[in-house]
Amino acid sequence: MTGRNDSEGDRFPSTGVQCPLPLRDYPQIVLGHGGGGQLSDELVRHLFLPSFANDALQELGDASVVALGEQRIAFCTDSFVVQPRFFPGGNIGELAVNGTVNDLAMVGAEPKWLSAAFILEEGFSMDELARIVAAMADATARAGVDIVTGDTKVVPRGQGDGCYINTSGIGVVPKGIVLCPSRVQVGDAILLSGTIADHGMAIMSVREGLGFESEIASDTAALHELVATMLGVCPEIRAMRDPTRGGVAAALHEVAQAAQVGIEIDDAAVPIAPATASACEILGIDPLAVANEGKLIAFVPDEAASEVLEAMRAHPLGHNAARIGKVVADHRGMVVAKTAIGATRVITTQIGEALPRIC
Amino acid sequence: MKYLTEYRDGPKARALAEAIRRETTRPWAIMEVCGGQTHSIIRNGIDQILPEEIELIHGPGCPVCVTPLETIDKALAIAALPNVTFCSFGDMLRVPGSSHDLFTAKSRGADVRIVYSPLDAVRIAEREPERQVVFFAIGFETTAPANAMAAKLAKARNLPNFSLLVSHVLVPPAIDAIMQSPDNRVQAFLAAGHVCSVMGYWQYPPLAERHHVPIVVTGFEPLDLLRGILRAVRQLERGEAKVENAYERVVTFEGSRPAQEVIAEVFTTTDRSWRGIGTIPQSGWRLSDEYAAFDAERRFPVGDIATCESTLCRSGEVLQGAIKPHECPAFGKECTPRTPLGATMVSSEGACAAYYNYGRHETVKLQV
Repeated sequence: MTGRNDSEGDRFPSTGVQCPLPLRDYPQIVLGHGGGGQLSDELVRHLFLPSFANDALQELGDASVVALGEQRIAFCTDSFVVQPRFFPGGNIGELAVNGTVNDLAMVGAEPKWLSAAFILEEGFSMDELARIVAAMADATARAGVDIVTGDTKVVPRGQGDGCYINTSGIGVVPKGIVLCPSRVQVGDAILLSGTIADHGMAIMSVREGLGFESEIASDTAALHELVATMLGVCPEIRAMRDPTRGGVAAALHEVAQAAQVGIEIDDAAVPIAPATASACEILGIDPLAVANEGKLIAFVPDEAASEVLEAMRAHPLGHNAARIGKVVADHRGMVVAKTAIGATRVITTQIGEALPRIC
Repeated sequence: MKYLTEYRDGPKARALAEAIRRETTRPWAIMEVCGGQTHSIIRNGIDQILPEEIELIHGPGCPVCVTPLETIDKALAIAALPNVTFCSFGDMLRVPGSSHDLFTAKSRGADVRIVYSPLDAVRIAEREPERQVVFFAIGFETTAPANAMAAKLAKARNLPNFSLLVSHVLVPPAIDAIMQSPDNRVQAFLAAGHVCSVMGYWQYPPLAERHHVPIVVTGFEPLDLLRGILRAVRQLERGEAKVENAYERVVTFEGSRPAQEVIAEVFTTTDRSWRGIGTIPQSGWRLSDEYAAFDAERRFPVGDIATCESTLCRSGEVLQGAIKPHECPAFGKECTPRTPLGATMVSSEGACAAYYNYGRHETVKLQV
């Protein structure tokens, strides 16, 4: 057996609180608990969600939407621990701003204010911190948001990994816009804003010193203007997701589960850059499961899909946008891909992350 | 992508499937030896476009899956020692030992590192001379040249802090063992293209002759696999039992001479226990006496290890083609990639993981 035993770990020893079944398998946190796959999901559903239960949290969206009088406010938070901190196409600072802006954008919000909290390790280079902060300042200027509050903590040498950043964001959701997976309907078209897997493979190629011949650059970008353009063409867009950790596979799976619909994609229609595709082949990694930091997936009423796609392609962040599939009534809760040779395969989510952290 | 996308062409694949259908007059059971081929078959859905008379039996060619439990337990014991840096390919980290896996060992404080090449482990040993760096050298003939190079390099550079935990396995003795099994159903083999790129296929004609079984050296892309299957079916229909090469763009009869030379220098043939299957005589490589100083099993005290295998896991039968993964009662229930009972559910090349990850359990459920 693999060390699982029904008699052990029934309760968290320190609190006496009943320890839910899946968490019993792991008396310690493993890296996979932060990988955005099934282990992360277990941690959220069996520890955080029941402990903090409320309606807004229940949605488990990229950002929560809460009402404040007439106004609807989007609120989200994200932590950034990427290694290396500087990589082709971006750095941890840029990621910390764009990531939070994108979480707000995915619920249709206009991003307004961000917080920035730094956890720094004793001995960390002041010069590097200055470069990270400058990158954050540039990113906020480009995105048109302000960092309005912050915090700094320093931990003793050896107790951190240089620099961790947490950002939270607040945005305002325009009247009439409701982006939510539960609105997704059978027949909707699924649009993807560009090539996949660039961020994850960029990080891997530098971190592991794989030395690929052509450089793969991260796609980190703030997507809220692209979102506004799309909503301008079609305010009835049902839902959006930015496929970060766990990639397109995890994002589609989440929506299929949340809306209890079937999702069918066409393998050949999913855009991927040749260098990225090669890198995935060499490492035996499914590009659908690799992180993106500047892409979105939109669920759009079929009749508006062509117009939205055209608007996406006219935007600098949507040049390679494509219709990758549709929402179907079959196999509810599941994502199925049509393979190049005309057969089908089911797309599941990853367990954890076999690879070290990438965002 | 050059040399890949052109071998995934949909219309050409369907034309090949049609050709196979035309030539098939009765049921045939063909084993793809290599786990990489199993993965590609399931990922692309190649079995779905074949005529129903053709059954593909998934073979034991997943090195992660057949690495003996005892070796995994030794890896866990070594990784837990103070001052040891244990380097492994990523796939091995989730393979269950008797009580836990390397990922759990890592979370308990062991210094376990994922590397992409054994030479990376040699570099770590050079960079960190105060640590004992151990590389988990597993695999078929395919990974052997790189592992042998790592040992050679460590010897040349006189690295006292580098060693290898070796569990290499070999394809031809496995084919021989499958054909000798009284329950054998396999009528033809697709030999593993990558293994043959290193070793050539000069070892196969005696096997084909002895067991009167067609062996077709086959690649990994859809068109490669379909061509291999077509040539196997043709031989079966004609009652032939030859060795053919359907992966000409990569494989030659002789294979890579320099690779075979470095293997012969560093490794020597040994009896090997295969997880789930049992011991197959002369089916593995261990370090040769000349390289014994780099053998982690001699360097660290791991002689006495009592193993404990899951009683539910039927991966041995899966690896020998006796049952399909979803026919195991634990499949998708007690045993998932999240809670694997056997290694076949862990590795991306494992038949059980391939079935699970590409939703064969769901498909089965849907049809009910």
